[in-house]
Amino acid sequence: MTTLDVDVNNGLVGKAITRQNVKRLIHGRGRYTDDISVPHMLHIAFVRSAHGHALINRIDTSAAESAAGVVRVVTGAEVSEVCEPMIAVAAHRPGHKSAPQHALAVDHVCYQGEPVAAVVATSRAEAEDGADLVVVDYEELPPVMDIMEALDPSSPPIHPGLGDNQCFEHTTVTGDAATALAAADFTVEQDFEFGRHTAVTLEGRAILAHWDKVEERLTVHHSHQSPYQMQDVFSRHLGIPEHKVRVITPDIGGGFGLKINVHGEELAVAAVSKILEKPVKFTADRLESFVADCQTRDHLGTAKIGVDANGKITSMDFENALSVGPYTAYIRFGLAEGMMAITCAAAPYALTDYHARTRVAYVNKGIVGMFRGVGVPIGCTVTEVLVDQAAAKVGMDPVEFRRINYHRDEDYPLVSVGGYAVKSMSLHRCLDTCIDIMDYESLRADQSAQRERNVWRGVGVATFVEAAAFGPVYYGPSGARVSTQDGCTVKLEPSGVVRVMTSVTDQGQGTLTGIAQIVGDQLGIEMDAIDVIAGDSATTPYGGGAWASRGMAMGGEAALQAGKALKGNILDLAASVLQTSAEALTLEKGEICDVASGEARMDLAELAKVGYFRQDTLPSGSQPELMVTRHHVPDTPYYVANGVQGAHVEVDVDTGFIKLLGWWVADDCGRVVNPLMVDEQIRGGVIQGIGNTLFEHSQYDETGQLLNASLADYLLPMSAEMPDIKIGHVETPLTDTEIGANGIGESGTIGAIAALWCAVNDALRPLGAQVSRQPFTPEHILEVISAARK
Amino acid sequence: MEEEKIEISLSVNGSRVTKTVPVRRHLVDFLRLDMELTGSHLACEHGVCGACTVRVDGAAVRGCLMLAAQADGAEVVTIEGLSDSGEVADLQAEFELRNAAQCGYCTPGMIITSAELLAAGGIPDRDTIRDHLSGNLCRCTGYQAIVDAVEQTMKKRAAT
Repeated sequence: MTTLDVDVNNGLVGKAITRQNVKRLIHGRGRYTDDISVPHMLHIAFVRSAHGHALINRIDTSAAESAAGVVRVVTGAEVSEVCEPMIAVAAHRPGHKSAPQHALAVDHVCYQGEPVAAVVATSRAEAEDGADLVVVDYEELPPVMDIMEALDPSSPPIHPGLGDNQCFEHTTVTGDAATALAAADFTVEQDFEFGRHTAVTLEGRAILAHWDKVEERLTVHHSHQSPYQMQDVFSRHLGIPEHKVRVITPDIGGGFGLKINVHGEELAVAAVSKILEKPVKFTADRLESFVADCQTRDHLGTAKIGVDANGKITSMDFENALSVGPYTAYIRFGLAEGMMAITCAAAPYALTDYHARTRVAYVNKGIVGMFRGVGVPIGCTVTEVLVDQAAAKVGMDPVEFRRINYHRDEDYPLVSVGGYAVKSMSLHRCLDTCIDIMDYESLRADQSAQRERNVWRGVGVATFVEAAAFGPVYYGPSGARVSTQDGCTVKLEPSGVVRVMTSVTDQGQGTLTGIAQIVGDQLGIEMDAIDVIAGDSATTPYGGGAWASRGMAMGGEAALQAGKALKGNILDLAASVLQTSAEALTLEKGEICDVASGEARMDLAELAKVGYFRQDTLPSGSQPELMVTRHHVPDTPYYVANGVQGAHVEVDVDTGFIKLLGWWVADDCGRVVNPLMVDEQIRGGVIQGIGNTLFEHSQYDETGQLLNASLADYLLPMSAEMPDIKIGHVETPLTDTEIGANGIGESGTIGAIAALWCAVNDALRPLGAQVSRQPFTPEHILEVISAARK
Repeated sequence: MEEEKIEISLSVNGSRVTKTVPVRRHLVDFLRLDMELTGSHLACEHGVCGACTVRVDGAAVRGCLMLAAQADGAEVVTIEGLSDSGEVADLQAEFELRNAAQCGYCTPGMIITSAELLAAGGIPDRDTIRDHLSGNLCRCTGYQAIVDAVEQTMKKRAAT
C-alpha cells in the first residue's frame, strides 16, 4: 500500500484550513429546509397520540376540515393506501422480530406522540389550529414501560403478531468466562443503568416534499444525513420510479445520527404531497422533537470482571438489556445499540474469556434509533468502570493497571473477545499522551491534598475504541439497503478550477473542506480553485451520506482516487498538447510542469481550453476526459479508531453537584486531514457525552407520558458549566487506504461518557460509593453516598 | 374563525416597514414569514435555547418570546442587518478562523448575544464570556471555540 505521495502534495492535507462553506452560516445566510418556500406550498401539523398505547376506534376530522385555512386532513388509513409500511427484519439475525410500522398510525398507537393524522393548511399556525379540532376516539391498552417487564414472556405483547415483546437476543461466547471468573483472584461486579435520552438537534427534523403531477416527479428538500437512502425509501414506499425521485439536503442544523433514521412523518409528508398534488412542508417543533424523534440508549446491565494475582484481567461477563420503543428504527433494525455494546466491551484489553448477552425489548416509549456512538458508549463505559474498580481492588494505579492489561503493540492484528477485528491500535501511545497533557501526577497530588480538606476530587482516565465507516461485509448480509461505499466526481472546469461532487454529506463537521483539501493535493491546486457540491441524490455520486464517522475515511479516499485519476487524464492530455510523455509532467500550483526542470509549461485553464474548445488542435481520435468518478468500497467490516480521555471533577458530597475542572483527549483517528475540524469534532463530541452523562434523560411515567418534553425540563450542557478541552493527537494513518483517515465523529462522545463515570467514581471511592445510574443527578450522587454510609 | 390581525410599523435592519400581521404571530415568525429574513432561527419557541435572538431597541432579546405586535415602533436588527453593517465583522472572522460554528443553526443568536458583550467593552475573563453566552444552546461545538472567538475579538479591539 502506498502512502500519500508527498512529492506531488502541496500540503493542504494536514493543515488547519477554515471551512469553505461556513461563512454563509456565520452571516445569517444559511439555507435550512424550513427557510425554503415554493409557490402554492401547504403546511402540515400532525395529530399525535395522546397515549402510550391504545387502539384507534374512530377519527373525526369534520371540525378540523371546516376550520380556517385547513385544506384537508389525511389520516393514517389514507396514507397507507399510497405508502407501504416500514418493515425492518434483519436477514442475518435469525430470531429478530419486527412489526410493520405505518407512516401514520392506522388503528393502533404504540407511543405517546406517534403521528396519527396530518392536518394540511395554508399556514403552520392554521394547521396546528386544525390539529386541535381533530377528535380521535382511543381505547387505551395497558402500556409496557419497563425493560425487564417487557422481556418477561408473560407481559402483554405490544404487537400480538410477534408473540412477545422481545425483539432480539444475542449471546457472544469467547473462551469460558464462568470458569475463569470462578478461578480469578479478584472479581468486581457492578450494575449499570443508562437512561434514555434524545438527540436534540437544534434544527428540528424538516422536510419539504413536492409532487409534480404533470411529470410525476417527487422533489424533496430534507434535513437528512443521506439523500440517497431517502431517495430509495420514497421510491419504494410510494411506488415512484427511482429516477423520478430527487432528494436534496440543504444546510442541516445538526444531525448526530438522528437524521439518518427514517421517521414516519417524513414518509407521510411525501405521501400527502402525492395525495394532494401540492408541495407540503413539515418542520418538527421542540415538543414534537422530544416525543417523536428517535431516542437513544436506555440500557440496563450487570457486568463482572476477573483478575489474576498478577493484576491481569482474565475474564468478563456482561449481561445487557435495552428497549427500542415499539418499533425498530427504519431502515436499520434496532440491533446496533445492543450488539455494539457487547461487541466493543473489553476491546482494549487482552483478556481471554468473555461471555455477553444482549436482549432487546419492545416498550411503549419513543423509537430508539441511531445516535452518535450507537451502543459503544455503553460497552466502553461498563468496561472502563470495572477496570477502575478492579485496579482499586488489586491496589494498583488505574493508569498502570491499564498499561499492563492493554493489548501489546506487537499483538496485532487480533480479534477482541467481543469480536472486534482490529488491525492495529495505538492504546499505549494514546495513554502516554493523555497522561502527559493532563499532568496526571499533579492531579493525583492535588487529589490527596484536597481529601485532607474533605474536598472530593476525582480523576478519570478512560480508553475508547470506535469502529468507524462500516463496510459491505458488515451491512450487506443484513439485507438492508444501506450503501456502505462512497463516491466522488472531480471535474475540471474550462477556467481551470475544479468542481467536486461527493456522496458524503456535511452537517457542520467540515467534511467537504477535507474533501477539497484531498483533491487539491492530488491536483496541485489551492482551496480557492475548488468548490465542493454535496447533498443532491440526482447529481452527486451514489453513496452512504453521513453516518458511522465515515466522511474522511470513505469519502476522503474516494476523493483522493478521483483526484488522482483526473490528474492522470490531465497529464495525458497535456502530454499530447506539449508533445511529450505524461510521465515527464506533473501538476503544481495550478500549472502543468516539467518534472525534470520544474519549469511550468501551461496552466490548467489553457489545458481546459484545449480540452473543451480546441479539440481541433489535438491528434485525430483524441477524447479528453476531464471529469472522473471513483468510489471507495472498504474490504474490511469497519476501521477501528482509538484514544484515551482524561476527566477531572469535583463532587460536592452535600449537594450532589458535580463540577468539571478539566478535560483532556488523546485521539488517534488515523491521518488528520484538517486538525481544526478534527479538534472541533472531538470537543463537540465530548460535550455531548458530558450532557448525556450528567443531564439528559427522557423520562416517561408508568402510563407512557413523556414528562420532560421541553428545553426547560430536559437539561443540556450550556457554556457556563462546560470545561475547556485540551487535545493531543496520535496519528497512525490507516494502511487500508491511501488517505489513511479513520473515524472521528463519535469518539469524543464515546470516551467522554466513560471518562466521566470513572472520574466521579474516583472521587467517591474513599467514601465507599460508586455511581450506577446515568444521568448522574444530584439525587443519585447523594443516594449512593448515603447508601455507602449505612 | 379568521385570525385576528393588527397593523404594525417598525424599523427592520434600518428600513421602515408597515405590515398587517396576525396578533398571535411572534417576532421571529414575523421576520421569517413576512420579511423573508430567515437568518433568525427557531429551535424551542419557549425562550430557552437562544437561537432566535435578535436585537430590539439595542438589546439582545428572545424573538420567540415577543409578539410582532409588541415590536410596533421598535428598531429591530437581525443577523442579516448586523452582518451587513460590519459592526461584528471582526467577530465573524474569528468565528470562521476558529471553526466556532458547525451546523450554524445557533450561530446568528450567538453572534447577536456576543455583540452585546462586545459593545460593553473591556476584556472579560473566560468565565464571564461563558456566563454571558449561557443562554444560547450550541449542540455541535462544545462552546470552547465560540468562547475563544469572543475573547480574541475583545482582546484585539482593546489593543486598537
